[in-house]
Amino acid sequence: MHDVTLIVNGVPRHARVPARRLLSDFLRHDLGLTGTHVGCEHGVCGACTVLLDGQPVRACLTFAVSVSGQEVTTVEGLARDGQPSAVQRGFAECHGLQCGFCTPGFLTTATAFLRDNPAPSDEDVIEAVSGNLCRCTGYQNIVKSVHRAAELLAEEGP
Amino acid sequence: MKPPSFVYHAPATVAEAVEALAAAGADGKVLAGGQSLIPLMNMRLAAPGHLVDINHVAGLAGITAEPGGVRVGALARHAEVEASETAHAAQPLVRRALRLVAHPAVRNRGTTVGSIVHADPAAEMPAVLALLDGSVRVRGAEGERDIPAAEFFTGPMESSLRTGELAVSVFFPSSEGGTAIVEMARRHGDYAMAGVAALVAPDHARVACLSVGAVPVVVDVTEAEGDWRRAARLVQEQIDPEADIHATADYRRHLTGVLTERALKAAADA
Amino acid sequence: MTTKLFGEPVRRREDARLIAGDGRYLDDLGAGALAVAFVRSPHAHALITGVDVDDAIDVEGLVAIYTWEDLPPGVREPLPLLIPHPALTHGRTAYCLAKDVVRHVGEPIVMVVATDRYIAEDVCERIRVSYEFRKPVVGLENAVDGPHLVHDDVPGNVGAHMVQEVAHRDGRATRDVIAAAPHTLEFRLDVERSACMPMEGRGVYARWDADDRSLRVYSSTQTSTSVQMAIAAKLGLPLPKVEVIAPDVGGGFGVKIVHPWPEEILVPWAARLLNREVKWTEDRREHFISSAHERAQVQHVKVGFDDEGRVLGLDVEILHDHGAYTPYGIIVPIITSTQLLGPYKIGSYRVEFFSVYTNTVQVTPYRGAGRPQGVFCMERTMDKIAQYLGKDRADVRAANFIQPDEFPYDQQMIFQDGRPLIYDSGDYPESLRKLKDLIGWDEFPLMRSKAAEEGRRLGIGIGCYVEGTGVGPYEGGHVQVTSDGRVHVSTGLTSQGQGHETVFAQIAATELGVPIEKVSVVTGDTRRFGYAVGTFASRAAVMSGNAIALACRKVKEKALRIAADALEADPADLEITDGMVHVVGAPNASIPLATVAVLSNPLRYAFDEEAKRATQFATGGSMDRPPVAEGQEPGLEGKDYYSPVRSTFASGMHAAIVETDPDTAEIRILRYAVVHDCGKMINPMLVEGQIHGGVAQGVGGALYEKMVYDEHGQLLNASFMDFLMPYVTEIPKIETDHLETPSPLNPLGIKGAGEAGVIPVSAVIAGAVEDAEGIAIDRMPISPSDLYALRDSSRTSGAVSRLRNTQ
Repeated sequence: MHDVTLIVNGVPRHARVPARRLLSDFLRHDLGLTGTHVGCEHGVCGACTVLLDGQPVRACLTFAVSVSGQEVTTVEGLARDGQPSAVQRGFAECHGLQCGFCTPGFLTTATAFLRDNPAPSDEDVIEAVSGNLCRCTGYQNIVKSVHRAAELLAEEGP
Repeated sequence: MKPPSFVYHAPATVAEAVEALAAAGADGKVLAGGQSLIPLMNMRLAAPGHLVDINHVAGLAGITAEPGGVRVGALARHAEVEASETAHAAQPLVRRALRLVAHPAVRNRGTTVGSIVHADPAAEMPAVLALLDGSVRVRGAEGERDIPAAEFFTGPMESSLRTGELAVSVFFPSSEGGTAIVEMARRHGDYAMAGVAALVAPDHARVACLSVGAVPVVVDVTEAEGDWRRAARLVQEQIDPEADIHATADYRRHLTGVLTERALKAAADA
Repeated sequence: MTTKLFGEPVRRREDARLIAGDGRYLDDLGAGALAVAFVRSPHAHALITGVDVDDAIDVEGLVAIYTWEDLPPGVREPLPLLIPHPALTHGRTAYCLAKDVVRHVGEPIVMVVATDRYIAEDVCERIRVSYEFRKPVVGLENAVDGPHLVHDDVPGNVGAHMVQEVAHRDGRATRDVIAAAPHTLEFRLDVERSACMPMEGRGVYARWDADDRSLRVYSSTQTSTSVQMAIAAKLGLPLPKVEVIAPDVGGGFGVKIVHPWPEEILVPWAARLLNREVKWTEDRREHFISSAHERAQVQHVKVGFDDEGRVLGLDVEILHDHGAYTPYGIIVPIITSTQLLGPYKIGSYRVEFFSVYTNTVQVTPYRGAGRPQGVFCMERTMDKIAQYLGKDRADVRAANFIQPDEFPYDQQMIFQDGRPLIYDSGDYPESLRKLKDLIGWDEFPLMRSKAAEEGRRLGIGIGCYVEGTGVGPYEGGHVQVTSDGRVHVSTGLTSQGQGHETVFAQIAATELGVPIEKVSVVTGDTRRFGYAVGTFASRAAVMSGNAIALACRKVKEKALRIAADALEADPADLEITDGMVHVVGAPNASIPLATVAVLSNPLRYAFDEEAKRATQFATGGSMDRPPVAEGQEPGLEGKDYYSPVRSTFASGMHAAIVETDPDTAEIRILRYAVVHDCGKMINPMLVEGQIHGGVAQGVGGALYEKMVYDEHGQLLNASFMDFLMPYVTEIPKIETDHLETPSPLNPLGIKGAGEAGVIPVSAVIAGAVEDAEGIAIDRMPISPSDLYALRDSSRTSGAVSRLRNTQ
């Protein structure tokens, strides 16, 4: 068993887990943060995407013990002051989700992407979310949502 | 789909890592990005008894210019290498190829050295290393050695890395002339059904093909003298693709020809 | 806030929790529950000769291991055959845990309960099952021809055989009509397997309350009420002692309508037996090999037609792959057989299907449920007729359309609900006109020739469909207005992302005249509504939407009656706006609906200021009448059911322009256009969303997705690495236009929209690729490798033809 401490959404969180505990299970089952979803457990669907030190990674392809001490942002940590973030609002405004299962992965991915590319082209957006599967929306409104989020972020200012 | 148990080692230095690997023997595996290893473990297709996690080893993340090329450390993530101006200045093919590797989130965690050591003949970076005639630097109990790409890849998912050895870096040589890589995957980001990396220098031309053999297949096409259609035929004669559920062997051979011509043209124009 | 919300693109109320990570999907529940994993068969067909658990029992954290022998009566019987049919003469279902024989890779044999899933999987790895191998039956035509049987007592592997025929109006049989027709064509079509593949797999979580002797079960299901009945029956529990709740469900698309899954019985059974919370969360590999697939059919078609391309006779023989078991009956091939007719008047029609067992995962409905195959057949037929006659493909379709003045149109067949196939309304010529405008049908030849000058190869395709939606038997709705003015709506069917909370709230707010913020909606919870059928066949909005509207109307009537008393007005003069009941034209003469709710419930006890108004010394009224009048009930609530006489028929037409690479054989969709008619739209934004998602699944089925079995019955691509569900990069921009021909069958005039998008896509893409390449495309999906092989063989045979786009 290993002591693992992560800074999750700005708060240090600790649990004692076996080395094989996947980061996705650590967040969901050891820390009770069930917003991160598990859709395939082989790194293809992207539902489990979280930000590790700010960069999107597959939580299902990461051992928690290996990233002890690092910062993790999950979908639960995207809101600011209790209000949904621009990316979250963009998805709600543009009907960018249906069943919502893949949505946390898209939200975390888009959050990091728009931080680095505040004024993206259509191609940029498509490339950015190209590693996340959605079975409900046909992606039309997801692309729209990311563009809308960029607008909302621009309105918010720095 | 949960991985089996293993003994976890988190060395802080290369020496400790090599020691842990040597002790584990054939039952040991290196964990760097884990983007190829962990899916196999989750599916219980791999069950190493010992994992030597090198993520906390100092001094492995470098991307450094060296005479005649760029050296990429074992902990440099694909995304870092892709973004690196040092790497790009030394060998622009590296960035172009990395953009074809899986998806951004996988590139944020996966390492370029890990991808090469994994030695998947369908992967881009082994082909790039083979095309450029680069090398892999490995450290073992007996010290350090550089393995040229031509000797490194020995079979599908097999390399000449010995038990107990750790790949600490790879070296991508700069090249005179132009380079290019083109591939065709079923979906964007998938392993390619066929792909060709090409190098066209003033005095010679060659290609490295992926997904058409047990290892990246390098073919010298200098004799085609700039007739890239002829070069494509030369390549088609030298490859022995296999069928899988995504493509027949015939189609792979055909596609490799088409892509060879396209890659060589692009390299010549680069 | 307006209360006229029906028809508006109201934003979804589900989203606030889902974007925050506050959704509650199955695996988000039951922290600390024991975890279940299964030993599943690695072989397609074998006798089980032994199960050895010696190496497994010492694993720390193991709680229990069960095989079939451990199961009690009820649980050890075969699972139910949900939809019996006289033609299904050899229906067969699986056991919860395999008894003696396994018939597909993935069939559960041993159930393991442990403290967590990691450990449960460790245990599974250590259990040794021994087998005696049987020859697996793989591939439809092998199944029919071959000497090997999936079930020993099912000769020829044929589970069902059914013939339906609609003779010519002059009485001649279809085959005679075809023989006498001016032109005839005969061909074979082939559609491969795909699957629903929701992002969340299945899952079950059960808690046994030993004190109350009751069971609460959460299941990621499309029908909680029917799961409840199945569990009660199998475990021998009184129905009221079993509660089943569908929490947030991460997509269904059909696979979660099948029930009870073995796990839906085994997990509650183990929870009761162990008196512990038990949970099973399906992983992706299990979903591939242990849930259900759909689509695979081989069709033999003969068609006779006249010089105008009018179909005089159509004779279709279908081999339908049912996999190893038939829990959902023969619904899929029945839908194929009936919905094949599309928007057309076919002179005479004969359809025969054989439903065939193979040693593969069972086949049950996947979004579209047999329609994509039927539409593929009919639309390929239309294209072939056009090609043969040298006519425009759209014109040939138009020549066969049912005309707007011919509704209701009786196709003289029996539909999947056991009721007549009578189309209620539609306007197919107008749909086609809109589609041709949207895609630029008439301009395409110019576009094609311009592209050809650049060495590019373009093709256009079209596909039309009619979809029976809103099948019965019924759904219900319950509406309660509480004294705080809130409106509580419940219905028994479930939600998997369609936005039911939003559209049902829109309906209730519109019907009752209250702000939508006051309305809350609960679906799929047997504690709130016990009678329901489920969410499938594009039926939720039609069925529960109308039931809720009817229930609201009852509540409104009562509210107006009570308010009329209070306001000393005639109920006929009253109206509810923004939650206030008022006299029409006299807004000051009003009373809040909340107060009406208070007055509706005569009280003895006051619990707040509002309630005082309804207590026994506060109310006026006659002392000669009881406080609750005869025939009345206290409270402002109502319940009603909607049970339609038959299905309502939505329709649509799609067109696509594709480009094929002359060198690499890549197929790229340049444009995709949809004209859709689902009657009156409750929320056009959500309807569009349904279409988008359907088209994307259709594109998956046309170009990317198939289940590849080898001759041993091994599924070779049981992962997202190799089963190619499209990413954003594979889906084109989808252009849509709508037509609204209301259904005359239901109070709201609506038709279902859930499945529409997926139905014609394979037909459309096949037509477009055929148009680009001049090679017959009779098998879907098509990959670049397939197209390359077709080019190769057509070069050899010289069989190059070209479809025509204009006369």
